[in-house]
Amino acid sequence: MRAAVLGIGWHGFRPSVPELSFAEMMYEAAVRAYEDAGVEAREDIDVFVSCQEDFWEGIAISDEFAPDPIGGVMRPTMTVAGDGLQCVGQAFMMIRSGLAEVVAVETHAKPSDVKTLQGVYELALDPQLRTLGPGNPLFPAGLDAVAYMKRSGAEREHLALVAVKNRNRGLRNARAPHAARITIEDVMASEPVVYPLTAYEIAGYTDVAVNVVIASERKARELKGEPVWLEGIWWSTEVGSGTMEWHEWGRMPSMKAAAREAYRQAGISDPRRQTDFAEVEDRFSFMELLSLEELGLAPEGAHRLLEAGHFDAKGGYPVNPSGGSLSLGTSFEATGLVRLLEAVLQLRGKAGGTQVEGERAIVASWRGVPTYTSIVAVLSR
Amino acid sequence: MGIPGRYVKEEELKRMAGVIEYKPTAKYAYSAGQALSVFLKGLREGKIVGRTCNSCRRIMVPPREFCEYCHSPAGEWVELPGTGRVETASVSYISARRAKLREPEVVAIIRLDAPGYRGDEPDFPGIFHRLCGVTEEEVKGGKVFGARVRPRWRPEGERRGSITDIECFERW
Amino acid sequence: MRANVHVKDRVAIVGAGLTLFARRLLETPQELAWEAASRALDSAGLTLRDIDCVVIGSAVDAFDGVHMKGEYLADGAGGFSKPVIRVAVGGGTGVMVPITAWWHAASGLCKTVLAVGEEKMSHAYPHPQGVFAYIWHPILERPLGPNLIWIFALEMAKYMHECRVSKEDIALVSVKNKRNALDNPHAQAPANITVEDVLKSETLVWPVQLLDISPVSDGAAALVLARESVARKITDTPVWVEGVGFALDSSFWYNRDLSYPRYVEQAARMAYKMAGIERPWKEIDVAEPHDPFDYKELHNLEGLMLARRCEAPKLLREGYFERSGELPVSPSGGLLGMGNPIAASGVMKTAELFWQLRYEAGARQVKKSLHKAVANSWGDLMQAGTVIVLSR
Ligand SMILES: [Zn+2]
Repeated sequence: MRAAVLGIGWHGFRPSVPELSFAEMMYEAAVRAYEDAGVEAREDIDVFVSCQEDFWEGIAISDEFAPDPIGGVMRPTMTVAGDGLQCVGQAFMMIRSGLAEVVAVETHAKPSDVKTLQGVYELALDPQLRTLGPGNPLFPAGLDAVAYMKRSGAEREHLALVAVKNRNRGLRNARAPHAARITIEDVMASEPVVYPLTAYEIAGYTDVAVNVVIASERKARELKGEPVWLEGIWWSTEVGSGTMEWHEWGRMPSMKAAAREAYRQAGISDPRRQTDFAEVEDRFSFMELLSLEELGLAPEGAHRLLEAGHFDAKGGYPVNPSGGSLSLGTSFEATGLVRLLEAVLQLRGKAGGTQVEGERAIVASWRGVPTYTSIVAVLSR
Repeated sequence: MGIPGRYVKEEELKRMAGVIEYKPTAKYAYSAGQALSVFLKGLREGKIVGRTCNSCRRIMVPPREFCEYCHSPAGEWVELPGTGRVETASVSYISARRAKLREPEVVAIIRLDAPGYRGDEPDFPGIFHRLCGVTEEEVKGGKVFGARVRPRWRPEGERRGSITDIECFERW
Repeated sequence: MRANVHVKDRVAIVGAGLTLFARRLLETPQELAWEAASRALDSAGLTLRDIDCVVIGSAVDAFDGVHMKGEYLADGAGGFSKPVIRVAVGGGTGVMVPITAWWHAASGLCKTVLAVGEEKMSHAYPHPQGVFAYIWHPILERPLGPNLIWIFALEMAKYMHECRVSKEDIALVSVKNKRNALDNPHAQAPANITVEDVLKSETLVWPVQLLDISPVSDGAAALVLARESVARKITDTPVWVEGVGFALDSSFWYNRDLSYPRYVEQAARMAYKMAGIERPWKEIDVAEPHDPFDYKELHNLEGLMLARRCEAPKLLREGYFERSGELPVSPSGGLLGMGNPIAASGVMKTAELFWQLRYEAGARQVKKSLHKAVANSWGDLMQAGTVIVLSR
């Protein structure tokens, strides 16, 4: 039983949006999404879901501020502390259960408001681990990158090539403030921030609000929007962030598990044949390659296929035609919805300079360090 | 089978191995945004400004860019007299961190006077602030409910575009 | 205002478990979550292998002192290699947990769901009140240096003024709930106290006194939910989730009348509609309304339409809400008697109704025959209502 992505709206996509409060950004995104879906905020939407985390917001119980800007006041509104795609998953369940026919999903991020990002990342580590003074709290990504390279045989150049592919690709995307004309040499010549990852291979931050309207198939046909079908969505957590010792280093089992169930819902047995392109996790360069393997899109080794140009926009299977998070930036819990946005625009044929051909797409996101939670969705035209 | 969970006394905790003291490094610079920036500027000038909803015509203080009831963009700015009535009040004997205060403070919700409002609407332009010149007994006896109040502004040079530019609301 | 409710699949609660609720527990947050979860699994005769999905509720990261607390709690809550979601609607989180678990199962995508609420408030030092400094609007409210109790005192004062309720009447809630908690082995603050004791306790923010408030607490609570076909195999006495409802009011809490929680009514109407309940004051047999403060129990009873506006204090005085009364309220001891580990408390209230409806509540068992029950949580800036209706 599929649902529809009926409307999508956004505001921001700049490293800093100082002129608007987070609530005003949420409002701008909501108005655009509801217009896109052809729904009235106060009439047609049954449930409102917001995805956010207190310490990204700098407000304890930040869900207090969720309902007003999205039209959710005195309506069923709730908050999930998770990635926006997990909220889309909640909407999918609500629709399947019969609780709702139209659900608005909201996420927003103002990383530019956070003055101590490293401190906030450190606060996500187990308290015992914090006492070790880990220096850069992004270190678990380095550990995974090294383990991945060792297992797969990928070289640092392959990781650099991901950054080169995505950052250059983003130059065609108006929503990609971190796009850059870079070469392999630029990447290889720069000092790693967290070995083996250089600054080119770690996504920057972007202020953004994204709002997406999910509807039942019946309702989608009744309303005027331009539906893209949500055929399946699932998420999985491998281990808790407090027990990262148990993580299978160099792998992302959560993405594999999420994909397995999302594919089952969508009736996909061979994702390489049955899907046409993908927007996948790449907030760290190696994560694109690792994700492609876990998604079953590169059984012969993602770095080999990358080398051969298979994942280029003009290749056999375009990956991150938007420029990915390396170009778009990461936006806390909005990161997953940003990638969903790009896939939806592609499937509608409205991706402008980044347009690729395709009927069916995979969107895969991870919640980032120090979590081992991933979300996978399958969309079609 | 016993109930899981072992109670620990504070003194006992201090003697335990593995106890970690950790102070989060979490600092933020919140963007006030379009509507609140105008409000804060107004405060600096000794004015309380609100905003009208184009759709339901209510007046919003604090002002916003949109009306949350209609989910439609806000319209005109209006300057309010700043006067109002005490909607509800309480007397605090403790600080934000639960330390005992030497002098109790009276806090209140002020229902602001605004054109078109009778004073008994379920939704109203309002401010959350301190009351001054009001005794504990007056609050406890219910005497301040409905009392007429106005803002006591800080001297012009000391105002910096903050809710604290109003020192408190006082009776008049 | 409406909620679309065309529900297809029945979902039942089949197991429940609690830890001790206490001011300070030795266990880590994950251990607390695990203790409650494993109790709930044991009570249903299940193991983690039987669980498809996990829903975690935890209200405030700053209490446990961990950013992304859901991720931190995931394995403790039984989420190892499973789909895990954490919901957070402040004080409303507790009942939001079984509500979220309900749609996980009702969607047909999970057959069984483990729902865990956890809060460890003792980590915040020197006092959890410090954490509450960050719940405010950072520009409009925080500069005033408010403490959390201020706003509830403002609401309580408004309720007292508007409904002409005395402190004596309100104190009766605390007396009742702490007494009910004497029969609850998990309770933090069971006591035989008098109205006099409440009125003599330290005034924190008038009209709120020390014994008007539930104590801060560490603790966890868990439920197992299952779809009908599975539930019937697990137990002969499943407790059905008949209705769920939730609503959030405007975050501008000083722009609206606080004498009545209209958002609780809104959420209740959604849940009652789904449960086919038209006259809740007649049809509900036992209730566990949110009682972090004594006046809140009365306020919530009115919002849940179990008493008319301003009428709850009178019914309370008449003994209507006693465990032996017409409509037993907070037979568990409520948060006033049990302690208030925020997200765990609403899960605890749902668990209590589960036991009551199965006649498994031991010394706390309500004697009259029970069919339908309701619990609610309330929170945020006096704006969140979450409601669940259960039946046997
Ligand atoms: Zn309006």
